Amino acid sequence: MSNNLMGIYTIWLRDLRRFLRDKSRIVGATVQPVLFLLFLGTGLSKGLTISFPGDDQAGYLTFIYPGIIGMSILFTSVFSAISIVWDREVGFLKEVMVAPIARWAVAIGKALGGSTVAMFQGAVMLIFAPLVGVKIGLGTILILIPLMLFVGLSLTSMGIVAAAYMNSMQGFTVIMNFIMLPMFFLSGAMFPISKLPLWLGVLVRINPLTYGVDLLRSATITMNHFSVAVDIGVVGTFGLIMTALAVIMFSRQEG
Amino acid sequence: MIIAENLRKEFKAKKGEIIQAVKGVSFHVRRGEIFGFLGPNGAGKTTTINMLCTLLRPTSGRALLNGYDVTEQPHSVRRSIGLVFQDPSLDERLTAWENLEFHGMIYGMTRLHRRREIDKILSMVELDKRKDDLVKTFSGGMRRRLEIARGLLHNPEILFLDEPTLGLDPQTRSHIWGYLHQLRKENHITIFLTTHYMDEAENSDSIAIIDHGEIVALGTPEGLKEKVGGDIIYLKAADNKKAAEFVKRTYGYDVKNGGDGISFEVEHGEEFLPSFIKNTDFEIHSVGVRRPTLEDVFLKLTGHAIREESVDFMESIRAHVRVKRRG
Ligand SMILES: Nc1ncnc2c1ncn2[C@@H]1O[C@H](COP(=O)(O)OP(=O)(O)O)[C@@H](O)[C@H]1O
Ligand SMILES: [Mg+2]
Repeated sequence: MSNNLMGIYTIWLRDLRRFLRDKSRIVGATVQPVLFLLFLGTGLSKGLTISFPGDDQAGYLTFIYPGIIGMSILFTSVFSAISIVWDREVGFLKEVMVAPIARWAVAIGKALGGSTVAMFQGAVMLIFAPLVGVKIGLGTILILIPLMLFVGLSLTSMGIVAAAYMNSMQGFTVIMNFIMLPMFFLSGAMFPISKLPLWLGVLVRINPLTYGVDLLRSATITMNHFSVAVDIGVVGTFGLIMTALAVIMFSRQEG
Repeated sequence: MIIAENLRKEFKAKKGEIIQAVKGVSFHVRRGEIFGFLGPNGAGKTTTINMLCTLLRPTSGRALLNGYDVTEQPHSVRRSIGLVFQDPSLDERLTAWENLEFHGMIYGMTRLHRRREIDKILSMVELDKRKDDLVKTFSGGMRRRLEIARGLLHNPEILFLDEPTLGLDPQTRSHIWGYLHQLRKENHITIFLTTHYMDEAENSDSIAIIDHGEIVALGTPEGLKEKVGGDIIYLKAADNKKAAEFVKRTYGYDVKNGGDGISFEVEHGEEFLPSFIKNTDFEIHSVGVRRPTLEDVFLKLTGHAIREESVDFMESIRAHVRVKRRG
């Protein structure tokens, strides 16, 4: 058991090391959500006049800000998980697979590594809070950090499951177009979900990221559609299922 | 130390056909010996190693390493072995030191022990000065040395090396062989290696020759060469075909065509040659006697050569693939 814990820590540490070293990746992963926030967000908030439910003071920029943090966590989590495919291509995965630790420990280490990296990337987004008129105190940050880890963990596990089906990095576009982008667009990150046509409302409600974004929104700007208990319940259940699948897939894998 | 009994591995190929990569191999490797697995590309060497090191489940058959069964006690097997894979397997975006640190940690070495061993092993493979450089900046030979260092770091009882010197320059090759001999002498480690270089196989204590998934011969290098018996006469004539017919007709020897000449076995080469030359009724360009090599053993047992030119061709393809993979 202790060697499995050590294995989890080792795999986690490697992901973290590589993340902190790769400055261009951090910059890239920051620029994209900021573009959404500043350009799309400002453009839409000035171009359209709509009122938002809940806090009447909240403008559109404020509204999408937690959604953009969610997007950042989604992309970073899945991208970290997909690095397994890259490790397989360059052969490094073999080094891990012959090590004297259990396969479930490899999957868990990877899931924790990806979610930690996603949490850091989400935390970088907090720097932009003043730009969109959101006040974030120390208390909020202390609540957000575990929440971001929690959401990141379920999304990284989902990414690990996806990685098991990928033969090469070329499959990444498929993951991007058929999982990540639909999940993001259907999460209520960019629009309120209370007045949607039925078909869209259904799609949004079966998307686990919707509840993750709702959770982040209630912590940052105290605005939420579902109750916190429902959010945590859905994200948690989704995370447990995905982590279980990720562990099973790693255990089955030969080579 | 290693016991393999009737190990088989089948792969399912795309169109539902079944590839028999390894067709039931059996062998023993004694503690402290260097065991060479010699065979051409596609013979099943890597597949055999993967079964022994628990990366592939055998279709049937059994293997024990250090007394542990590979399918039933994979953890104990993994703890006993070190591996140097055929294809690159380092994390290029970490430094040499970090790659070793990762390995030491995942093998459960304590911090102090780990650091001491890393320093020791890095100086053995002469990479101590580059330990803080990213592996990305290393040459092929340096990467190989680092992989060997990594395979040895946790002090395994058995070290597996899959074509450890493939595509390396002669100097690095001889360095690597230097380490291996030193290891065997100082640590009594058991070494299992695969190669398709005949001259390298000569360094082993025992050799298994494998072709098309089957072991065709097993023994010491000397023992195997004795199978060929006698000496090899090789000659180039103006008309090789005519020369071959002459040898067959006059002496009844089995003549092999190889390259741009012919060769055949005789019992005492030096004594045979003068009378042979006197007897010939055709023009000889060159002629010589040599002791049999493993190449001749392979040729005799399988009827075909481990063709160096085709090997080089495969290597260049592989090197190309590697470059592409590295992107
Ligand atoms: N994963 C696999 N799927 C299908 N065929 C394979 C696989 N791995 C190896 N083979 C086939 O098995 C045979 C033996 O391969 P291998 O063990 O790599 O040979 P060697 O290492 O001696 O060059 C080859 O014909 C190869 O194409
Ligand atoms: Mg091979």
